[in-house]
Amino acid sequence: MSEILLQIDGREVKASEGMTVLDAAQSVGISIPTLCHHEKLDPYGACRICTVEVETGGRTNLVAACIFPVAQDLVVRTRSEQIDQTRKTLLELMLAHAPDAPALLELAQEYGADKDRFEKEPSFCILCGLCVRYCAEVKKANAIGFVDRGPNREINFMPEIASKECWNCKECFPLCPTSYVQAAYHLTEALAFPPPASKPASEE
Amino acid sequence: MPRINSPAELEEFRKDIISKRDPNKPCIAICTGTGCLALGAANVVTALKEEIKKQGLETKVDVETKVDVRETGCPGFCERGPLLVIYPEEICYLQVEPGDAEEIISETIVAKKVIDRLLYAAPGTDNDEKIVRESEIPFYKHQMRNLIGNNIKIDPKNIDDYLAVGGYSALVKALCQETPEQVVEMVKNSGLRGRGGAGFSAGMKWEFARKSPEKTKYVIVNADEGDPGAFMDRALLEGNPHSVLEGLTIGAFAIGSHEGYIYVRQEYPLAVENVGIAIEQAEAQGFLGKNILGSGFDFTIEVHQGAGAFVCGEETALLMSLEGKPGEPRPRPPYPAVKGLWGKPTNINNVETWANVPLIINNGADFLSSIGTESSKGTKIFSLVGKVNNTGLVEVPMGITLRDIIYEVGGGVPGGKKFKAVQTGGPSGGCIPEEHLDIGVDFDQLAKVGAIMGSGGMIVMDEDTCMVDVAKYFLKFLAGESCGKCSPCREGIRQMHKILNNVSEGKGREGDIELLEELCEATRNASLCALGGTAPNPVLNTIRYFRDEYEAHIKEKRCPAYVCKELIAYYIDPDKCTACMICSRKCPAEAIVGAKKQIHVIDQEKCTNCGTCFEVCPSRFSAVTRLSGEPVPPPIPEEERTIVRKSEKK
Amino acid sequence: MTVAKDNGKIDKIIEKYPSEPGSLIQVLLEIQRENRWLPKEALEKVSKKLKVPLNRIQHIVTFYKAFSLVPKGRHEVHVCTGTACHVRGAPRLLDSVQDLIGISPGETDQDLKFSLDTVSCVGCCALGPVMVVDGEYHGKMAPAKSEEVLKNYD
Ligand SMILES: Cc1cc2nc3c(=O)[nH]c(=O)nc-3n(C[C@H](O)[C@H](O)[C@H](O)COP(=O)(O)O)c2cc1C
Ligand code: SF4
Ligand code: FES
Ligand code: FES
Repeated sequence: MSEILLQIDGREVKASEGMTVLDAAQSVGISIPTLCHHEKLDPYGACRICTVEVETGGRTNLVAACIFPVAQDLVVRTRSEQIDQTRKTLLELMLAHAPDAPALLELAQEYGADKDRFEKEPSFCILCGLCVRYCAEVKKANAIGFVDRGPNREINFMPEIASKECWNCKECFPLCPTSYVQAAYHLTEALAFPPPASKPASEE
Repeated sequence: MPRINSPAELEEFRKDIISKRDPNKPCIAICTGTGCLALGAANVVTALKEEIKKQGLETKVDVETKVDVRETGCPGFCERGPLLVIYPEEICYLQVEPGDAEEIISETIVAKKVIDRLLYAAPGTDNDEKIVRESEIPFYKHQMRNLIGNNIKIDPKNIDDYLAVGGYSALVKALCQETPEQVVEMVKNSGLRGRGGAGFSAGMKWEFARKSPEKTKYVIVNADEGDPGAFMDRALLEGNPHSVLEGLTIGAFAIGSHEGYIYVRQEYPLAVENVGIAIEQAEAQGFLGKNILGSGFDFTIEVHQGAGAFVCGEETALLMSLEGKPGEPRPRPPYPAVKGLWGKPTNINNVETWANVPLIINNGADFLSSIGTESSKGTKIFSLVGKVNNTGLVEVPMGITLRDIIYEVGGGVPGGKKFKAVQTGGPSGGCIPEEHLDIGVDFDQLAKVGAIMGSGGMIVMDEDTCMVDVAKYFLKFLAGESCGKCSPCREGIRQMHKILNNVSEGKGREGDIELLEELCEATRNASLCALGGTAPNPVLNTIRYFRDEYEAHIKEKRCPAYVCKELIAYYIDPDKCTACMICSRKCPAEAIVGAKKQIHVIDQEKCTNCGTCFEVCPSRFSAVTRLSGEPVPPPIPEEERTIVRKSEKK
Repeated sequence: MTVAKDNGKIDKIIEKYPSEPGSLIQVLLEIQRENRWLPKEALEKVSKKLKVPLNRIQHIVTFYKAFSLVPKGRHEVHVCTGTACHVRGAPRLLDSVQDLIGISPGETDQDLKFSLDTVSCVGCCALGPVMVVDGEYHGKMAPAKSEEVLKNYD
C-alpha cells in the first residue's frame, strides 16, 4: 500500500490509503473527540463532534475526521476558534436531550458548553447509532433499528427479535454514551415482548 | 411500430411521418399536463372530440377541415388553463371550458373566426387589445423556449410526435458520427452546468465518470424535484419524455454506461406514466435496448419511484434509495463518479440538464455557449409562482434580470400590491429584495446576493408576506425532511425552527437573532450533506435583508405584514360598519356578534384570526381592519350599536 | 388480521419484482398503492423474500412519507403545503379542511372515511393552493371551495 504524507496540526504524519483523518491523527497520538465512532464499526459520521478543518488545493473545508479519507499533502487542523465554537454548539444541542451523559459533560467542560443553553427535551438519546450498528454489523442480529426521520428519529427494539436475541447478549449496553439503550430495552421487554410462552427464560 | 436499425431507416421513417402530416390541416393542441387536468382539461378534450363528431368533421375526407386533437404536455401557462393552441394559425385560447367546444369547432375551425372571449388579455385590461397568437402573449414573448417550446407540439404518449420535430437525430449523430470523447468534449465546451442545484459543469462530471476504468457504470436522471414550489422537471418529463431519454442515452454512450435509472417522485403520477410509455416505445423502435440504431451500443433504462423524501434529491441519498435503503446521504468523498450506485461509478444529472444534451449535440457546443453570461450558459426554466400575475413555467436565457422575469414575463405583482422579495433556490435558497432586482440571473450573481439558482423555483412575495414566517416555513419544511442522521442538521434545524416559531408567536427574546446566527454557523459547518449545509440560508438571508421585520416581532410584538396569527387581531371599525352581515355569516368561528342594523363586533375570545372577515368585507366599506402591535379598542357598548342612517334612501 | 385474499394480492406484487434488496422500496410502494397500507404480515413477507432485515424495513416505512402502517380512510385528502401554495393561503386552506373533516394531518377519522395529509408540492404550483383528493387535483382552492369539494365524498 502506498504511503500518504499529510500534515496534522503542523506535524508530518505518515498514513496509508484507506485510513481516515481520525485514524491518522490517533496513530501519532493527536486526539480528536468522537461520540459515534467505534473501532469495530464502519465509519459513520453522524455526531460531527470530530469536525476538523482540512485544506486541499487552497480551499479550507470543515469535515468529519472519522470518515474523511487521508490524501497526499492534506493539511489538517484539529483545533481552531471555528472548530471549537462548532463543537461547543453541537454539545449544547445534544445536552438538551441527554443533560446527564458523562461523555457529553466531560466534553462540555473542555469546550465551555452550557448544558442549559437550549430548552430541555430529555429523550436521553443522541442517536449516535452505536447500538443499532453494533447489533447489525458485529452481532448480525438486527434486533434494534432506527425509526422515522429528522427530529422524530428514534431507536427502536424489534420485540420479536429482541426477545430471542438480546437476553444473553446486551453487548450494546456499555457502548451507549447515555445509558438510554438499556432503558429502551427494558421498556420494550415490559411492554411489547411476545407472551412468555414463546419467550426463553430471561435472567430478569 | 417497426424497429429502426440504422440512421438511414430512421430518416426514412421520419420522412414518412412528416409526409402524412399536412401542416395546413387544423390541429387543436390542448395541454393535458397535471396543471390543466386539475382545471378540467379532460372534460374539454371530451367535449371537443364530441363536437367534432357532431359537426361531422371527423369523417370529412378533404384535408382542409379534418381536425386533429392532440393532447400535449405542459407549455407552462397553467395559471390560465385549460389552454389550447389551434394550428396552423397558432391561435391560443385560455381558460377554455367544455361549453366552449361547440363554438371553437364551428367558429374557429370551420368558419376560421377567432373567438375574442377566449383570447389573452393583459390582467386588468379587459377591454384592451386581445392577443391571438401564442408567441405574442407577453408571458411567452420574452422567453426563449428551447426546452419547453416543443411541449405543446408533442403528444408525450406518441413517439411519432417527437420524431416529427426532429427527435433522436442527436442520438444518431452521437452514436454514429462522434466518439464518446468527442461527445464529452462538446458538452464540456458548451459550458452546460447542472440544473439541479449546485451548477457543476456537466461535461467535467461526465469526464470523471468516463475515465473510470470500471466496466459497470450507471447514469441517472434526478427527477426527484424536491423544491416545494417548482415543477419544471415535471413538465419536461411529463410533456417531452423522449428528450430526456435521448439526452440520457447520449450521456450513457459518452460515459460508457449501459444501464440507466430515472428516479422520479411518486407525487408525479403522470410523469411516471408518460416516461414509462416513452421507454416502452423507444425500446420497441430500437432507440433503447441492444445495438441501438445499429451502432453496437446497448442501453436500458429503468424507472424508480421516490417514496416521499426531499432529501432523496441529494445525489448520495438518491443512491441509497435506489439501493432500497433509507435516504441517508453518504459522505463525499468518495464521489458518485468514483463510487456510486452499488459501489460503481455513477453519473447523476438533473432532468433539465439531460434535456439540454440533444440540443448541444444537434446544434453544436456554440449553440449553448452563445446564450447566457460568462459563467452560465444556455437557458434556464424557472417556476415563476406566488404573488405574480402570470404564474407558470418560464424559460429564459441566463443573464436576464430578475426584474424582467417578474415584470415583463410575469406581468408584475397583482392587486396593486407592493413587491417585497423574490425567493429563489427552494429551501436552500434566499429571498432577494427590490434593491437587487436588476442583477442578471446566473449561478454566480444569485450567489452574490445570498441566494442560489437551485433547481429553478422562483417565488414572488408581496407586502402581505412576512419574512419571519417565510424563514419559519422553510425551516419547518427542512426539519421534517432532514434524514436525522447527523446531529447538526437534525438538532440545529429543530432549534432554529423553535426560535422562529417563538418569534412569530410574540415570544421572541432579545438575543434571538444572534442565537439564530450561531446555530446557522454550526449547522452549516458541521452537517454531513448539503441539506443541513444550506438549511441556514433562508434564515441568514432574511435576517440580512429584513432584520427590521425580525426586530418588530421581537421588540414590538408586531408582525408588519399581518401574517403571524398570534400577533394580529381583526377589528371592525364601528364608524365604517354598515351591518351588511356578510362577515358574520362567513366567520367560521362564529365570532362576530351583529344583526341587521347592528354594528358588528368581533368577539376576540372566539376569533381564530383566520382573516375571513377581512377578506369578505366589501371594499367599499373596508370596515374590517387588522391590528398588530397595538391593543384592540374595546367593543362599543351594546346600546350604541344600532345604526341610524342619515338618509334612508338606497 | 388480513384476510387470505389480500395476502394473495401482496404475494403477487412481491413475485413481480426481482428478489433483491434494491426492489424493496418499489415493492412497498406498490403494496401501499394496492392495499392502501402496509400490514405487518406484508412487511414480514417482504423481509423474507428480499432478504432485508425487518429493522431496516421498519426504518424505511417510517422514513418515507408515502407509507402508512395503519389503514387509510376511503378517501385520501392531500393538502399541498409547498412554498407556492403556502404564500397563496395553504395554511388557511389546511385549517379549514381540518375543521371540516375533524382530523389533523397524518390522521384518519374513526369511520375510515377520510385520511388527511400534507404534501410538499404536487407540481401545480401555478394553481395554488392545491388540494388532491384520491388522486384528483383541485386547484385555486379557498376554504369555502374545499367544503364544496369534500361534500361530494362519502
Ligand atoms: C437536499 C437536496 C435536495 C436536492 N434535490 C434535488 C432535486 O430534487 N433534483 C435535482 O436534480 N437535484 C437535487 N439536488 C442536487 C443533487 O444533489 C445533484 O447535485 C444533482 O442532481 C446533480 O445534477 P446536475 O449536476 O445536473 O445539477 C439536491 C441536493 C440537496 C442537497
Ligand atoms: S445534513 Fe441533514 S439530511 Fe444531510 S445527512 Fe445530515 S441529517 Fe441527513
Ligand atoms: S465521531 Fe465523527 S461524526 Fe461522530
Ligand atoms: S407548491 Fe403546491 S403544487 Fe407546488
